[in-house]
Amino acid sequence: MSTVGYAAVAGQIVVVGAGAPLLTGWMRQVRSRLEGRAGAGVLQPWRDIRKLLGKEAITPAGTGPAFRIAPALLVATTVVATALVPLLSTDTPVSGHADLIVVVALIALGTLALALAGLDTGTAFGGMSASREMTVAALVEPTILLAVFALSIPAGTTNLPAIVTGAVEEPARLASPAGLLATAALAVAVLAETGRIPVDNPSTHLELTMIHEAMVLEYAGGDLALVELGAQLRLTLLLGLLSSLFAPWGIATSASWTTLALALVLFAAKVALLGAVLAAAEVFWAKVRLFRVPELLAGSFLLALLAVTSSYFLSGGS
Amino acid sequence: MRTTHEIGLTELPQRAEELLTGGHRLGLVAAHHDDNGIRVVYLFVSGPPDTRTELTVRLDPDRPEVPTLAHLSFPAGRFEREMRDLVGIVPLDHPLPRRLVRHFHWPRGWYPMSSDAGPPPTFGEQEGPYPFLEVEGDGVYEIPVGPVHAGLIEPGHFRFSVVGETILKLKARLWFVHKGIEKLFQGRTVAAGLPLAERISGDTAVGHALAYCLAVEEATGTEVPAGAQRARAMLLELERIHNHVADLGMLCNDVGHGILNAHAQRVREQLLRLNREITGHRLLRGGVVPGGTVLHALPDPARLKAIREDIREIIALALGHSTVRDRLTGTAILTTDAARAIGCLGYVARASGIADDARVMHPFAPYDTQLNVPVHDSGDVLARFLTRAEEIDTSLGLIEQFAGGLPTPSALSAAPPAPGAGSRTGVGLVEGWRGTIATRVELAADGTLARVKPVDPSFFNWPALPVALADTIVPDFPLTNKSFNLSYAGNDL
Repeated sequence: MSTVGYAAVAGQIVVVGAGAPLLTGWMRQVRSRLEGRAGAGVLQPWRDIRKLLGKEAITPAGTGPAFRIAPALLVATTVVATALVPLLSTDTPVSGHADLIVVVALIALGTLALALAGLDTGTAFGGMSASREMTVAALVEPTILLAVFALSIPAGTTNLPAIVTGAVEEPARLASPAGLLATAALAVAVLAETGRIPVDNPSTHLELTMIHEAMVLEYAGGDLALVELGAQLRLTLLLGLLSSLFAPWGIATSASWTTLALALVLFAAKVALLGAVLAAAEVFWAKVRLFRVPELLAGSFLLALLAVTSSYFLSGGS
Repeated sequence: MRTTHEIGLTELPQRAEELLTGGHRLGLVAAHHDDNGIRVVYLFVSGPPDTRTELTVRLDPDRPEVPTLAHLSFPAGRFEREMRDLVGIVPLDHPLPRRLVRHFHWPRGWYPMSSDAGPPPTFGEQEGPYPFLEVEGDGVYEIPVGPVHAGLIEPGHFRFSVVGETILKLKARLWFVHKGIEKLFQGRTVAAGLPLAERISGDTAVGHALAYCLAVEEATGTEVPAGAQRARAMLLELERIHNHVADLGMLCNDVGHGILNAHAQRVREQLLRLNREITGHRLLRGGVVPGGTVLHALPDPARLKAIREDIREIIALALGHSTVRDRLTGTAILTTDAARAIGCLGYVARASGIADDARVMHPFAPYDTQLNVPVHDSGDVLARFLTRAEEIDTSLGLIEQFAGGLPTPSALSAAPPAPGAGSRTGVGLVEGWRGTIATRVELAADGTLARVKPVDPSFFNWPALPVALADTIVPDFPLTNKSFNLSYAGNDL
């Protein structure tokens, strides 16, 4: 029993850890091909990490502990969140602790660590982008919370595995207005949280327009590899969370090796598909003006609020 | 066409004022080292009809000073500061007597462009920080950017004073790549000067080479065949479109719409390959030569037509995308009054409602009398985008017009001029893709170059960038900068 559960937790961490750079590479490749470019290949992010690990990490003069621990903290919080979120199985030794609020707080902690590191460098770019990142985060975190709350009302708990199990047993919940509104709200929040177009442009070289990238300008070598891996892990985790919440089919709800293996394959397929859709959408979008970002996020917050309201009146209230 | 008046120093401000109020603009100011002291030439131009008026003053050899014209013309004030830093001529009563070109590690009192400058001395320690005007107030902070940038961009230092995300003031510090090109020209033969002219700003090879050749031909009294002038006009437009297409794509890229950039760069590559077939060089070097042109081929009308369709589609997609259009609209507005006061040229001026174009004002080839010069008056990034997009259409029409009837590809050249013919001085005015390029040439008695003064439109347009950026938000700076796309090399010389 518990062997399978531990294997599921380990599997989640290993799959997300090894797959995150591949997902980023896959999304870049999809985008390249759609734009008529050859692309660098799916393995390029792994090659980048290998290259960065061979270089010296430099700590700028005057920086303190916030700068030094941020990369490790970013990766650590994301790995813990990955272990908790039911990506492969809802029946793991840690499912009891997989509370929604804990997961959102872990993600926010990683964001905060990077923002503090940006401020710690004392450069204009670090401060500027930390301020932008916090503006975005302040609007994104409540949206994520609210959207998942909308789903927790029918389940009667904020425990993520319980929400997912409930959705597997009763798929009608997902097709309800609350489920659809929450999907839309969470999708926008995930775009903002992971710094994708239309909120941020992950491939730009223009420091003055950056949100996420400008905070990490001072990192080099292994630290930069960790920061990049952290960002890729978060993207994979959030896309995985999205697929677990809104397309939970295939997630193992019992401790059996076969269902776990099936869950693994389906998880990879779902996240790869979601990534491809996101990359394709990015080809058609452009980055909005910075002052329009709050409008976009306020819109997604409103959707989440509507989701909670309708969830309460349509299912919770009955 | 060109008249020269040698006047006394005290007359200068009054004569300059008469010319400026009479519709002339200051084209360039050049200091010359004659045997009997320094001579300064002020070139004023207007058109149509093509009029070029030069005022020449001689300075006291012991006290090289000129009365300032800064209160009459903003560009004049900048030319004077440039002369002060490079030659050591003091503009009297200049309202802004700060250094312009000279960097803080250049030895004080060393004037690199003066005749007795000699080889550059060893550069000393920095004299101190370059003083930027500090904006004070609650929440105001500075963002220093450059001179080394991310990406393949030339060096320039920008200091933003920002509150929140809004730019209160921007100061641009240039001249990091001052190469002394004017000095490098001196003593070269006319033929050896051409490669230098082509490299003043690498993306404007035809524009600068043509301005140089026109000036040299006037100085030597060369009659260029009509066919060669038509071929030159065609090359000038080819240069315009390959630069415009690339920049329109990069503007899309700067707002995160990469797919249009990918396609714009694909079109640009086709144009560069076409350029290579025509002149043997992707950036059209070697096409314009003193006295004529050298063409290996003529552009195929069918290919140009396909390229035109491609470009139109890219532009329509960009303008039809609501987010892209929103990012361009109302961003970094340069008002007509500001553009006129600063003396802007080229598409920057035309996007702010000033319809100046050297192809109309100073034509060297038979341009249509009703040449379609696109003008917009909103002065924002969108206006500059639209102006350049429409210029591509005009240019493709001109290429077709000028290429038609050109003889089979070959070198078209004037008969060598009779020795001693010509006035030994000449001025070339050309509408390069960035704007009007002015080059003034003086020849020595043995026919070598005594003095060449090129002026890139970037020299006039750089001060407009900070003006347009006031009250713009920081993340829109790269977009604005690209919409101006000024040359560092052409400015720094």
